Amino acid sequence: MTAKPKIAFYWCASCGGCEEAVVDLAEQVLDVVAAVDIVFWPCAMDFKRHDVEAMADGSIAATFVNGAVRTTEQEEMAHLLRRKSRVLVAFGACSQLGGIPGLANLSDTASVLATAYRTSPSTVNPDGVLPQRHTVDGGHALGLPGLYETVRTLDQVTDVDYYLPGCAPTPKLIAAAVQALLTGALPAKGSVLAPDIALCDECARKASKPDALALAAFKRPSEVVLNEEECLLAQGVLCMGPATRGGCEAACVQGNMPCTGCSGPTSRVRDQGAKALSGFASLVASNDAAEIERITGAIADPVGTLYRYALPASLLRRRRVAVS
Amino acid sequence: MPETTTGSAAAAERFEPRIVAFFCNWCTYLAADLAGTTRLKYAPNIRVVRVMCSGRIDPQFVLDAFAKGADGVLIGGCHPGDCHYESGNYKTLRRFQLLRRTLRALGIEDDRFRLEWLSASEAEPLKTVVNDMVEKVRALGPLHLEVPAEAFAAEGEEVAAR
Amino acid sequence: MPTPEHGDANAVRIGVYICHCGTNIAGTVDVHAVAEHAGTLPGVVVAREYKYMCSDPGQELIKADIREHRLDRIVVASCSPHLHEKTFRGAVADGGVNPFHFQMVNIREHVSWVHPDKRAGTEKADALVRAAVSRVRHHKPLETRRVPVRSDVLVVGGGIAGIHAALTLADAGKHVTLVEREPTIGGHMAMFDKTFPTLDCAACILTPKMTAVKAHPNITLWAYAEVQAVSGYVGNFTVTVKRKPRYVRDDVCVGCQECIDACVYKVGKEPDAFNLGMSKRKPIYLPFPQAVPQVVTIDPESCIEFKSGKCKKTCVEACADRHAIDFTQQERIETIEVGTILLTTGFKVFDAKRLPSYGYGTYPNVYTALEVERLLNASGPTAGEMVLRDGRTPRTVGIIHCIGSRDEHTNKHCSRVCCMYALKLAHLVQERTGAEVYDFYIDMRTPGKGFEEFYNRVAEEGVHFIRGKVADVYPTAEQDGRLILQAEDTLLGNVRRIPVDMVILAVGLEAQADAEDVRRTFNITCGTGGWFTERHPKLAPVATFTDGVWIAGACQGPKDIPDTVAQAGAAAGEALALINAGHIELEPNTAYIVAADCSGCKTCVPMCPYKAIGFDAEQGKAAINEVLCKGCGTCVSVCPSGSARQNLFEDDEIYAEIGGVLAHA
Ligand SMILES: Cc1cc2nc3c(=O)[nH]c(=O)nc-3n(C[C@H](O)[C@H](O)[C@H](O)COP(=O)(O)OP(=O)(O)OC[C@H]3O[C@@H](n4cnc5c(N)ncnc54)[C@H](O)[C@@H]3O)c2cc1C
Ligand code: SF4
Ligand code: SF4
Ligand code: FES
Repeated sequence: MTAKPKIAFYWCASCGGCEEAVVDLAEQVLDVVAAVDIVFWPCAMDFKRHDVEAMADGSIAATFVNGAVRTTEQEEMAHLLRRKSRVLVAFGACSQLGGIPGLANLSDTASVLATAYRTSPSTVNPDGVLPQRHTVDGGHALGLPGLYETVRTLDQVTDVDYYLPGCAPTPKLIAAAVQALLTGALPAKGSVLAPDIALCDECARKASKPDALALAAFKRPSEVVLNEEECLLAQGVLCMGPATRGGCEAACVQGNMPCTGCSGPTSRVRDQGAKALSGFASLVASNDAAEIERITGAIADPVGTLYRYALPASLLRRRRVAVS
Repeated sequence: MPETTTGSAAAAERFEPRIVAFFCNWCTYLAADLAGTTRLKYAPNIRVVRVMCSGRIDPQFVLDAFAKGADGVLIGGCHPGDCHYESGNYKTLRRFQLLRRTLRALGIEDDRFRLEWLSASEAEPLKTVVNDMVEKVRALGPLHLEVPAEAFAAEGEEVAAR
Repeated sequence: MPTPEHGDANAVRIGVYICHCGTNIAGTVDVHAVAEHAGTLPGVVVAREYKYMCSDPGQELIKADIREHRLDRIVVASCSPHLHEKTFRGAVADGGVNPFHFQMVNIREHVSWVHPDKRAGTEKADALVRAAVSRVRHHKPLETRRVPVRSDVLVVGGGIAGIHAALTLADAGKHVTLVEREPTIGGHMAMFDKTFPTLDCAACILTPKMTAVKAHPNITLWAYAEVQAVSGYVGNFTVTVKRKPRYVRDDVCVGCQECIDACVYKVGKEPDAFNLGMSKRKPIYLPFPQAVPQVVTIDPESCIEFKSGKCKKTCVEACADRHAIDFTQQERIETIEVGTILLTTGFKVFDAKRLPSYGYGTYPNVYTALEVERLLNASGPTAGEMVLRDGRTPRTVGIIHCIGSRDEHTNKHCSRVCCMYALKLAHLVQERTGAEVYDFYIDMRTPGKGFEEFYNRVAEEGVHFIRGKVADVYPTAEQDGRLILQAEDTLLGNVRRIPVDMVILAVGLEAQADAEDVRRTFNITCGTGGWFTERHPKLAPVATFTDGVWIAGACQGPKDIPDTVAQAGAAAGEALALINAGHIELEPNTAYIVAADCSGCKTCVPMCPYKAIGFDAEQGKAAINEVLCKGCGTCVSVCPSGSARQNLFEDDEIYAEIGGVLAHA
């Protein structure tokens, strides 16, 4: 074997976008790939779990895990990879914060399964069959991983060294992170590998934001023709920028869409949604209870809006499950 | 409605909610002081955290209290127009409804999260509010957020069996 | 971050002190158990209980422990921080530790006095102590801010309280602006003939003080004016005052009143407010002969020139070359800067029409006490003659106490002065008319110096005292203008019906109708009934919760002239103490923005009511002007990226406190 540092990639509950970002990176930064030895990457290379199990503990220099943790298998892999790796990086919003799959925490497993396998309009399942943990088919015992009630972030399952934010992380951030890993120029353990300042700092529209913003109405991007230069909040559209860590160069805003918060909060904030709520609601242009209710009422789905990526990482982590 | 808990064995069975109360320094905290100087009696279930103005109450504090085991959160500030800092309480009001709706979506009932304007002279109303809230939260039962966060999901078989 | 003198935050050395407050706390909280619990908490090096922590030995205990155990954080669980936070911070500082490495726990007002169940109370005290211990570990060393105090003073309300305070301050060399709403100063006292219990002539003792106000080089008197808005903070208030137009130039009018004589109205047509409508005045008037300032006022509602523009303006002719009358005068808005404010806005009397059973407003011979004060006054509507509305002189007079006082339906409070002024009126009426006087009282309250003696004197003079509440006032069968007072005599145990010519209602004292507005303008608090709230009922009776604003006289609660004057002197003295100190120490609870963290989202900028947050467009960052920040913390809670912070109320301090109250013991 070579003396190149060993690197691994793994995916948990995610959409595949983060894998795509890695592939993009591999193409762009060939010398990085040349500098490392990829020992595990289920999406792209044919290694099996027992290959990893066979490795010595701590033998992998760095493992990048994307996706949230919601199955028993993902949890087992998270523990396994943690053991085998010297550095474990939570890669992307789902791994760092729970991400879009984390919105399942608004529901429970039974209804998630029922929707996916029975009631959704595109489903054809006349017998109402649901996935079984154990099935016997033609005399063969088949198994599926168990599904947890609650979607978790990677660091709620195992110890994480660094976080690469974004849905997906931008090539620039990934390249910088890999560079830091290779040169050993890493910040303190637990750091998010992106600037610790909110998005407005790097937003091209910042100067157009009025000094005293007063929000008389919240609008969805689909309800307005958005000016391409003016601050989106000033146009009444909820842009999560003030409550979201920068580093992405305001890519969404550059595409004339509001920031939806995928990079999570700054290190000083414990709950991104609550802080965003505090900032937005405090700017509402009324002191009258009924009027305030009317204005904030336009935010039809507060959790989906304010916690689009960060529900599992939030203080409450999920919708409360009624205990019997 | 009993105003206070009694030490009797029967009462020990009763669920005693824990309520975190964020009170502003100038109105509601003083109302609670006045309740003391006038020796009013009210339910011992609230724990006051003092801030200078209700405007300082970050929604994160409310969530943190619930996350750490509070069964209810009470915010107390000066009446509209009376904030010691002119308008801090209006900011609180602007946040309150959206926060309450968010909490509702997260399964936390409205009665567990209240905003009350209580002036420095309103010791009686303070007593009424606290007693009322304690009774309502008692009726709702413990919040129990901790339990399901890590709980293992129903297995496929059980789901299928439903 | 490690603080060099105290090691890092995890290695703090905390001392916890649980106060018994005699039995006030120890009676219902197991203080020993609380101290024991505190001793088990992380970082706690000593945990003690002591009888009176605020006493000298209590404070010494803290100082000695700081030396002996090298403590660097102190928690005291005792009464409200509003009472003794300063005391204990002082002790901590004396002990050599930063005074803000201190946290106070309120286990008296918030625990022992409100929760009689010892188990529950002790549990709550434990939780609050736990919270303070976890919080104090995060405290940073801070310094109080010093702001200079302007020496100019604003006094609002020119009754005896305002007059006395203004003169005291002016004599001490401070400049005072005295703002009075009415055309003249004097307040209620100016309406009286004599004052209890000494029966001094009110005018003889008041008028010299009123003229002294006008003459004093250090006093600017703005009568017929009202405060519109106040901004700023202790030491540096900016006040806008609205001066209503008198249509007479106060700089040239000499008060000769020739214009009044010359007015085209030969007799007055308008009800005279100063005489409570019992006489009529002209459109151009002076409320009473000794009014200060001696400047006449034109009432545009009744002046012909204002109504039609076609008056002969004989007043202008009479004023001749003084040219004091100016129909074009406009309202003036003046802005002044002062360091301290005294509120002496007084009271109003209870509206007797609210209790119809006493017949006020229905039977002409039913009077309020204030009206009788005017009737007895030589400059009043009858020039001091006791004549009734029907022209008769009363032969029998009934006085009824406690009208609108000590009553579930009107006011629960005792108005404190009515028994005494009723005795005064009984004496004066009897003296002037020789009438038989029947005095109906519920309890005779005469607890002042010389008061009981005065009561005895009036009793000896033959006034009939009847202990009982008058239930009804109705006309005699003869319909001769006389009225029957029906009451149960609780001493004799029978019902008495006494016919009288005149009824005097001893109306109670109420807060001013606009007390709510005034309190709002000056950012102070009102208790039930609208009386302004003092900072502490015993130890700070004239201070308010707003630094730099004091209250004195009847605006704080019903009181007589001697008490009013004493309070006015006290308030003036406290203001002087502050002015002479030259500066005030402010809580260091200001907010600040960490520039490196701020994204420049501007969410905080419009939050600040004091415009303390500025935005530096070049840097793209917000910054707080510490001098303007009052420390509400609103900007801190709204900053979406956690870049605004507040001293003394840092996020981690509050989270630690929340965790502490909720942690299971
Ligand atoms: C019938 C009667 C008889 C009494 N007899 C006696 C007695 O014999 N002996 C005795 O010791 N006490 C007596 N009292 C009590 C006495 O009247 C009070 O103690 C005294 O008047 C209180 O003085 P003060 O300056 O606080 O208030 P006030 O006399 O009420 O003066 C308040 C002043 O403030 C002004 N003001 C109010 N609001 C504003 C505003 N917003 N802006 C500007 N100016 C404002 C008012 O116009 C007034 O001039 C009697 C009371 C009554 C009702
Ligand atoms: S804390 Fe913030 S909002 Fe409050 S006074 Fe200071 S700068 Fe203004
Ligand atoms: S709200 Fe926070 S990030 Fe935004 S400008 Fe103010 S301090 Fe800066
Ligand atoms: S000071 Fe009470 S709400 Fe602002």
